[in-house]
Amino acid sequence: MQKLKEFVTDFGLPRIIIFFFLIGLFVAAPFVGVRIDTSISDVLNRFGQNAILVLALVPMVQSGCGLNFGLPVGIIAGLLGGTLAMQLGLSGWLGFAGALAISMPFAILMGWLYGQLLNRVKGDEMTIAMYVGFSMVTFFSILWLLLPYSNPTMVWGYAGQGLRTTITLDNYWGQILNNFLSVRIGESFFIPTGMILFVLLCALIVYLFFRSKTGTAMTAVGSNPDFARAGGVSVDKMRTISVIVSTMLGAIGILVYQQSYGFIQLYQGPLYMAFPAVAALLIGGASVNKASMVNVLVGTLLFQGILTMTPSVINSVLKTDMSEVLRIVLSNGMILYALTRKTKVSK
Amino acid sequence: MPNDTPLLSLEGISKDFYGNSVLADVSFSVGKGQIVGLVGENGAGKTTLMRILFGMPVIAETGGFGGSIKLDGQEVFFKSPFDALDAGIGMVHQEFSLIPGFSTTENIALNREAMKANFACDIFGDRMSVLDRVTMRGRAEKAIKRLGVKLDPDMLVSEMPVGHKQFTEIAREINRENVKLLVLDEPTAVLTESEAEILLKSLRHLADQGISIIFISHRLHEVTTLADSIVVLRDGLVVKDTPAKGVSVRDIASWMVGRSVEAKRTDRSGRDIGDEILVFDKLWVDMPGETVKDVNLSVRKGEILGIGGLAGQGKLGIPNGVMGLYPAGGSVRFKGKDVPLNDPRRALELGMAFVSEDRRGVGLLLDEPLDWNIGFTAMQIRGDYLRSYLGGLVKLRDEEALKKLSQEYIELLSIKCTGAKQRAKELSGGNQQKICLAKAFALKPTLLFVSEPTRGIDVGAKELVLQSLRHYNRDFGTTIVMVSSELEELRSICDRVAIVDEGSIAGILLPDADISDFGLLMAGEARKEAADAKA
Amino acid sequence: MIKKTSIRRFFADNVVVIIFLVLTAAATPVSGLSAGYIVQEILTRIGRNSFLVFSLILPVMAGMGLNFGMVLGAMAGEIGLIFAVDWNIIGVPGLIFANLVGLPIAIFLGWLCGEVLNRARGREMVTGFILGFFMDGIYQFVVLYLMGSVIPMRSAAITLSRGYGIRNTLNLDSVRQSLDDLLMVKLFGINLPIATYLIIILLCVFIIWFRKTKLGQDMRAIGQDQIVSNASGIPVARTRVIAIIISTILAMVGQIIFLQNMGNMATYNAHRQTGFFAVAAILVGGASVTKATIPNVFIGVVLLHLMYIVMPRAGAQLFGSAQIGEYFRDAFSYGAIALALVLHAWRKMRGVEIDRAGLRQGVASAAPLEAIEPIKEDTL
Repeated sequence: MQKLKEFVTDFGLPRIIIFFFLIGLFVAAPFVGVRIDTSISDVLNRFGQNAILVLALVPMVQSGCGLNFGLPVGIIAGLLGGTLAMQLGLSGWLGFAGALAISMPFAILMGWLYGQLLNRVKGDEMTIAMYVGFSMVTFFSILWLLLPYSNPTMVWGYAGQGLRTTITLDNYWGQILNNFLSVRIGESFFIPTGMILFVLLCALIVYLFFRSKTGTAMTAVGSNPDFARAGGVSVDKMRTISVIVSTMLGAIGILVYQQSYGFIQLYQGPLYMAFPAVAALLIGGASVNKASMVNVLVGTLLFQGILTMTPSVINSVLKTDMSEVLRIVLSNGMILYALTRKTKVSK
Repeated sequence: MPNDTPLLSLEGISKDFYGNSVLADVSFSVGKGQIVGLVGENGAGKTTLMRILFGMPVIAETGGFGGSIKLDGQEVFFKSPFDALDAGIGMVHQEFSLIPGFSTTENIALNREAMKANFACDIFGDRMSVLDRVTMRGRAEKAIKRLGVKLDPDMLVSEMPVGHKQFTEIAREINRENVKLLVLDEPTAVLTESEAEILLKSLRHLADQGISIIFISHRLHEVTTLADSIVVLRDGLVVKDTPAKGVSVRDIASWMVGRSVEAKRTDRSGRDIGDEILVFDKLWVDMPGETVKDVNLSVRKGEILGIGGLAGQGKLGIPNGVMGLYPAGGSVRFKGKDVPLNDPRRALELGMAFVSEDRRGVGLLLDEPLDWNIGFTAMQIRGDYLRSYLGGLVKLRDEEALKKLSQEYIELLSIKCTGAKQRAKELSGGNQQKICLAKAFALKPTLLFVSEPTRGIDVGAKELVLQSLRHYNRDFGTTIVMVSSELEELRSICDRVAIVDEGSIAGILLPDADISDFGLLMAGEARKEAADAKA
Repeated sequence: MIKKTSIRRFFADNVVVIIFLVLTAAATPVSGLSAGYIVQEILTRIGRNSFLVFSLILPVMAGMGLNFGMVLGAMAGEIGLIFAVDWNIIGVPGLIFANLVGLPIAIFLGWLCGEVLNRARGREMVTGFILGFFMDGIYQFVVLYLMGSVIPMRSAAITLSRGYGIRNTLNLDSVRQSLDDLLMVKLFGINLPIATYLIIILLCVFIIWFRKTKLGQDMRAIGQDQIVSNASGIPVARTRVIAIIISTILAMVGQIIFLQNMGNMATYNAHRQTGFFAVAAILVGGASVTKATIPNVFIGVVLLHLMYIVMPRAGAQLFGSAQIGEYFRDAFSYGAIALALVLHAWRKMRGVEIDRAGLRQGVASAAPLEAIEPIKEDTL
């Protein structure tokens, strides 16, 4: 009993409720006429789409920079990579690889600048990150209109310039990862094997990174910056590296998301993208200053599971679309819970 | 104007923290208008005694105290500091508790502002009354005048020099109508000599007006000039309660530190001590609360050098400055090479290691397992405990080697834990301290700084920690510089003991030197005597 | 030398204001809008927006940063208006009714917000922001699902055709500009909503008075040092909650004033940008996370809205696309918030260093203490 209590306080009641809620949804699904196989395919697909964006939050959490509400910085780098690769006419695997390759220098540069900024505002990272993200998104909205892109699938037809709000990836690299080694059983069961594998590969790389000397130092910086400094580690350098890695993962994350979604969304599209990612990480059991691969994978699965299942199940039960309300309350409630939870001050 | 019943009498006060006795049967009394000087080393129990007097919640939380406190002959029970304030006891703490953006007046009147009621008070209560700034200013001026200093009532605290802040604090305490007893904890620590003199004068003046004062200071000459009677605490006991008349600084110094010494290091003759290995020249360190101003000192290879002194004098700043943890200047030479200051990594790479006094803040990763704590610095500095993969392309943590390392030290230092993967925060203080030592040992240093190694750990663990330092020095010839507030500890293990006072070395003594010499050095009196002799 | 540093200091303290001033000064002529139009627009918007911006002042004073949780108050105001329209109470009485309905809701939400923020000390701003999002979900639940089903609604005109839930756009014709028109004065062809201005002036007087009260003094003390305030017996947590409650109530009134001027209400979106606009305005006006004054509000409202008026037109003139102008003004507003927050955080960090540096050089006693003959208690 004591152990159970400890587990509940440690893991957090909200997470347990969410977990059982999801199980309940799956159990209820067949009774209200929702197909389990479609649901599972949907969940897997959305899991793959979002997991790397969630993964991108981990380095900064671990290095003590808090929840990266400035994820749009990385997303912008990814969008630059994607649009430039299209502009260069790269398609298929070459296109996807090209998009990744082109986005990386942008991600590193922006990440470095962003990291320098966050090092000067220690303690206030989260609010500032949020507004840095918003500023980047709106600033790049101007650039999307002004930059001399000319590929006709990308620019507005009538004006001949300025990128479209959504650009289809149909003839470029849409679904390319999803379809790689994919498994289709019957009409409605589909496993996007390639994307899942790619996600797991990224998670593995990040996992290994945190076992390297740098990764260890980064964790120590997040855990106790004074200890790390006394151990000869430069706190600012580690934080900067974590922000760069986070930004790079954000860029990769959005490219994977978009190849699965089939469209590049520009302008205000990425404005609020950080919030569901943060919520997913927290649902997975992470806190403001500790996160692991398990948190990422479990959290994304749970969160996306709920997002997929509620519209279909709840709506058929209540005959009304409550999923939006539920999504807002659930994701922001989770973030609130994490922010107001007494951080275990181990000092 | 002595009275029959003393204003305050403490009777048989005793207090223990989890079986660890800090105060035992402390009794003394303070008469009306009397100034009592309370002196004692760090850890003698002064702070705890004042906390009891003030009804600090921490006392009740740790099981209350024994004995009784009588005010005007009536026994009192304070549940919170506010009760004590209401009863007329004011306290000026070592750290300023002033609002920086408020003026002198606003701070003196803080939460006791004069108010004018208005219609809104009827609906929303007193807090809607408008402040009566004229009255507030008048009261503040009165309080300042009673102190006998010139303070601008409209000056903002953030723009004040330190001395003004101290007087503002005192003015705030005497602004209460009913104040009978004032407790001042090291009020002169931050003041210049002339400011301190002014303060002593105003305290005497307050006492003449009938306010009793408990004056805590380590500047012994201040105590002898100001106090009517002197109470000396040592190890939680009142060792002396005497009228101040005729008491010399040297007397107090020896009462303060004197105790039967069991173990002094006497085997110095047979020790293998080499040439200078570490030389400080004009070292200054800006460590808050432990500022080092001008330290010149040399450490010999293979010795254990002790650095002692009272809290706040800068002894802790020395290792922290050398290891680059606080801004420092001057020159430090190690093995003939200049040590770049403000660069922790270089200091570690040169072969120095540091066990910090701030065990939980700097010494440990509380949320991480023990093997990380022990191996981290060695991994970062020496590249140990990493294993290469893909032909050296990738280097990852070698969990096996880390585990082996921690097992080794867990056995060597007999650390009580469930294993290498237990988190550091779950260990007891003594075992945590051993982890810190293990971390330093794992670096295989040529010179080891150890700061307050026995602070806050129980007696058994203390002995083990000291033992392992002694052995480490003997077995590996590692030079050790040990900083500690516990003089006895330094005398039992060190070859030489340097005493720090006001940010520089007051003198270096052999461990078997006379106890009062240590006391005088610590109280900064030796220097004063020398200066007087010259003059 | 001193002059040079003080100029630099002035620039550093007001860099956000200066950037906005330069920007709008450059964009205004480009936009080609007439001075009369611009002045009329600005005067209208001062009446419409400044009350909302004022709601941010007290939490800043109490050291809680910019109260992004003010959107809770805006929601309370909207609920009040929904009922005013539903009961068909027309004109100023309708507004008063809306305020009366909104008041208890605002007090409750303010209390809730204060309690939540007390659990998130040190990160109030981000928590307030997320709390706004969270409450948006609850608001949707109440307005879209409960109103008309659980909460009785009288007017079919405002409910969705399915029988419950409020329509996406609420027509506020019944109270539309009733406050503005109460005392509309036309001066040189420019309309001045005097009644609205009077209410805003009243609020200014209230704030000035409030600063002088004991509660105001306590808030200032807490804003600077919670530990010292607590040690001197000021109820810190409670005072912080009060600051947020007042802020939430003001935001509620502000949102009602805002919406009566607009004349209609996007039921589910009206409050979404409220916090952003208010925070941007006060920061553009030169406020920081720890200091906000009445002039900051007015300067900010004028500058921010001037930019919102001229930017789309300037964009259209320069780039042939009003859209670019709109993105520009969004980017600058977000940028202004980010910049103001960064500057503040940076200054806070540098301030600590400078303090230490001062100590290091031993400039402890710049003004030596002077002893005077102490005065005896009885002679005073």
